Parts: sequence; C-alpha cells; structure tokens
Amino acid sequence: MTRTVLTAVARLVITVLLAVTFVFVILRVSGDPARALLPVDAPEDQIAAVRAEWGLDKPLPEQYVTYVMKLASGDFGLSLNDRQPALRVVVEKIPSTLLLMGTGLVIAFTVGSALGLLAASYRGRAPDRLIMSLAIFVHSIPSFLFGILLILLFAVALRLLPSGGGPSLLHLLMPAAVIGLSQAGVVARFVRSSTLEVLAQPYITVASLKPLPRWYFIRAHVLPGSALPLLTLFGFSLGGIIAGAAIVESVFAWPGVGRFLVFSVARRDVAVVQTIVVLVATMMAFANLATDLLYAIFDPRLRTS
Amino acid sequence: MTDLIAPRHARPRRRREIAVVLAAGMVILFILVAIFAERLAPYGFATIDLRARNTSPLFFGGSFRHILGTDELGRDILSRLMISVRVSLVVSVLACLIAATIGVTLGLAAAFLRGWVDSLIRVAIDFHASVPFLIFALAILAFFGNNIVLFVVLLGTYGWERYARLVRALALIEYEKGYVLALRRLGAGEMAIAVKHVLPNVAAIIIVNMTIALPELILLESGLSFLGVGIQPPLASLGNMVGLGRDYIVTSWWIATIPGIAIFILTLSISTIGDWLRDVTDPSLK
Repeated sequence: MTRTVLTAVARLVITVLLAVTFVFVILRVSGDPARALLPVDAPEDQIAAVRAEWGLDKPLPEQYVTYVMKLASGDFGLSLNDRQPALRVVVEKIPSTLLLMGTGLVIAFTVGSALGLLAASYRGRAPDRLIMSLAIFVHSIPSFLFGILLILLFAVALRLLPSGGGPSLLHLLMPAAVIGLSQAGVVARFVRSSTLEVLAQPYITVASLKPLPRWYFIRAHVLPGSALPLLTLFGFSLGGIIAGAAIVESVFAWPGVGRFLVFSVARRDVAVVQTIVVLVATMMAFANLATDLLYAIFDPRLRTS
Repeated sequence: MTDLIAPRHARPRRRREIAVVLAAGMVILFILVAIFAERLAPYGFATIDLRARNTSPLFFGGSFRHILGTDELGRDILSRLMISVRVSLVVSVLACLIAATIGVTLGLAAAFLRGWVDSLIRVAIDFHASVPFLIFALAILAFFGNNIVLFVVLLGTYGWERYARLVRALALIEYEKGYVLALRRLGAGEMAIAVKHVLPNVAAIIIVNMTIALPELILLESGLSFLGVGIQPPLASLGNMVGLGRDYIVTSWWIATIPGIAIFILTLSISTIGDWLRDVTDPSLK
C-alpha cells in the first residue's frame, strides 16, 4: 500500500512539474517573459525590476529554478485586470466553477450510468439502440449549440430560466445540464460495455440460475463488477468537463474560471493564463491520484499485502 | 435471468447500413459544397446589404431571395455557410493529416528505435493527458497570439498520441513477423522496411482512427472559433458564425443556429461512418 501511495504521489509531482515546464518553455519561446507578464504600457524600470525578480538575466537552468520556486510560493505574476496578483483573481472564481463542474459531473454519472445499465440489460433491442444513438448524438452536438438551443427554448420562448449570469441555482440549471448531458453519452457507452463484460463472466452464469428479481440480480451481482471501471472514466471525463466548462461558461456568462480564461486569452493576459494552466494540471493530477488510491482500496485484486 | 446473458447474435444490421449510407451522402454533399462554394453561393460571403438586414429564412417569414435568411449586416447566411464549410473542413482535415503524420512517425520511431526515444515519447504522451487539449490550445493562443497557420498547426497536435500508441503497438507486432526478417536478410534498409512494408500493414487502422478524430477536430475548431480565438473575421468558419450570431439569438435566432446545426450534421455523419468503420475492421467483434 505504501508503495502504491508513493508511486501515485510521484506521478502527481511529475505531472505538475511537466505542466510548469511547458508554461516556462512557451513563456520563453514566445518572446520576452518580463514584458509578457506585465501590462503593455509598463515603464522600463518596472520591466527591469521583474526581470531581476524572476532571475531572467541569469542562465536558463537558474531561470527555471527561480520560476518553479516563484510558482511554488504562489507568485504567478500580475493580472492585467487592475494589476492584481493573478493567483488571487483566479482563486476567487474557483468556487462557482467547481459548483458548475460538480453539478455537471453528478448529472453525467447518474444519467449516464442509468442509461448504460439499461442499454446493457436490453442489449440489441430497442432501448439499447435508442440509448446508443442518443449517445452518438450528444457526442456530436457542439456544446455551444446545445447551450444556445436551451437558451432559445427555456429563456426566450418559455421565459422560465435566465439566459445567463449568476451564480445562483436558477442560473446553474442550464449550463450544468449542458456539461452533464454532453458527458453522459460517454459514461453510458462506457457503463454499457463494462456491464456486458461483467455479464459474460462465469460467476454471472451461476448467479443467473438463482430465482432473483431482475433489479436485485443487477444490483447484487452485476453492478459491483461494472461500477469499478467508472473510476477510470472519472479521471478521463474530468478533462472533458474542464474543457466543456470553458465553452459553456462563455455561452451562459457564468462567472467562473473558464469564462475568465477565454477572456484572458483574448486579452493575452499571460499571468492569468499560466495560473489557470498550472491549476488545471494540478487538479487533474490530484484526480488521478485519487483514482489510483481508490482503486487500491476498492479493487480486491490489487490488494497485494 | 438467462435472457440477460444469452449470447445475442447480431441481427441483420440493415438499419445501421441505411444510416451509414445517409451519412456518407451527407459527407459527400459537404465536400462538394466546400469545393464549389463560390460557384454555388448565390451571393458573396462578405457582401453587405444593409436594406436586407436580419431577414428570416424561407418558411419562417422569409423569401427565396435569402433561403436561410441574412445576418445583422444583411449578408446572405447560405453563402456564408458554404464558405464556412470549406474553411472548417480544410482546417480540420489539414490538422487531422498533421496529427496522423506526427503520431505515425513517432510511433514507428518508438517501435524501431526503442530505448530513450521510446521513453521520451511516453513522457510527451503523459503530458498531453495532463491538461485538456482545449485548455492547452487556449494557452498557446494566449502566448503566441493568433494567426491561421499557427491555428492549423496547433490543431494538428490534437490526438497524435493515439496514433503513436496504436502504431507503436502494431509495429512491434509486425517487427516480430517473418517477413521483416526475410526482408532484412534480403538486404532491405531499415527505413525501407518501416515505410514500405510495415506502414502499409497498419494503414487501415490509421485511417479508421482518422475518421474518428476528424469530427472531434471539427468540434475543437468550431469551439475555439466560437470563443473568438480561432478563425478570425473577415474569414468565416462555422464556429465563428455561431459566435458572431450569438449576440442576436433573441431577435434573429437563425444567424447562430443554422451554422451550429451544420456543424452537428457534419460531425454526426462522420462519426457514424467512423464508428461503422471501426466495428467492421475490428476482428474482435466478428
């Protein structure tokens, strides 16, 4: 177990370092980092100060070390937005994005697993075909179109929900639905195939000979085996949900990190962008760590000691 | 309970074949539109007609003059749509080819050279998985600014790792086969073996993978253009048409919705073909 934890933590550190290195490299390659980190109209002495502070007059390896130390201490440079520390401006927006992503994730996994199980238990018949066609549909629909159609229906035609803004529960409904349902198709396909795999196991053949009601049979024998692979999917779909959040937050004017990222990219606010990239990589690395550890805890086959 | 686990033999897959044929027809239509866009378009894609601003599409109060209506500057949506289909298709197909080339080259290199090249490529794959591609793309565009060449190349780094992983695994199997040994004995160069003999044997899988990656690229291109950091006006793409039309959805819903639906039909059609190709070529499903 200690070994599993250590490898997982090592993986986390390496992934975050890779992301930091990536930002360091493109910051160096794309021009003068001191200028990039400051507003365009910054005076020369301020640029010189940043250059000295970030060690940009030193050789490259030293620059890299200074850069990593700076980021580790939470100094990501100043945002163009009122010249506030980039980290603080981004962190302020994290709760509303987490709320959106969390709700989306819950929708994706509940709707997706239910439909996936249903499809698997009606394999090859009408419900299965319908669900799998729906999965391809939501996979192909651009999330911004999905969002716009929802706005047209619920905000413009029916006047039931606000078209954008927030953060409030009413504002949350549509963007969370777009994020959740777009991912639900992937979850459904995954759950279907992992359930079919479980159904092909010999122990299921034995269990199926018992006179059990269908729902009990699924809950007691099929579900435990087919639910575990969902952990892998969690790490995988988190990336999709983060990317989805950037687009969906922009469509619904949800005041989160995703919308702020798009806004900052358009303004070339490098300090904010590097903060978000490193934070996203860190978050994904922690999600992978959690996945690895949960596997070690829940999968009896991985319990070595 | 036995009905749950009884092997269910595939029924005649007529319904699916019809869907694939329809999808193929759609894709051909889109390709023809992309090729003959100027000749088919009733108006210039940037022709402004301020007297015909925000005209509704035909059947929604509009007329045959502008079948799909006009936008806030009186530009004909149908004509813009045709040019946009060309731009979006060219950008995503180019990106798809770049990704396949990078991935196949690295995959072959990893299989052939092994050692540190192999490890280096694996690190790159790990990095690629650590940040969602859309975030990675946004970061690059923030640091380097936007131009169309950078944009295409950037999209060309999407999904290379899938080709690399596939080709590496498949090439390793191919290298164990007798014909490679025979070719070496006959004095064929390693480069020739890799390109002329191993590559054609894994080509089918590469093409299937490209059909699956293409719709994802179209969605990425249109997503970034929708956000205003992809294809820039005056050039039109399906995504930036939606992005520009978004401000008018309350008064003129068609400006954003029509190109959005075009993206949907295009990606759905290619995905349908891709899924079918994958199932047909996957021996484990037979």
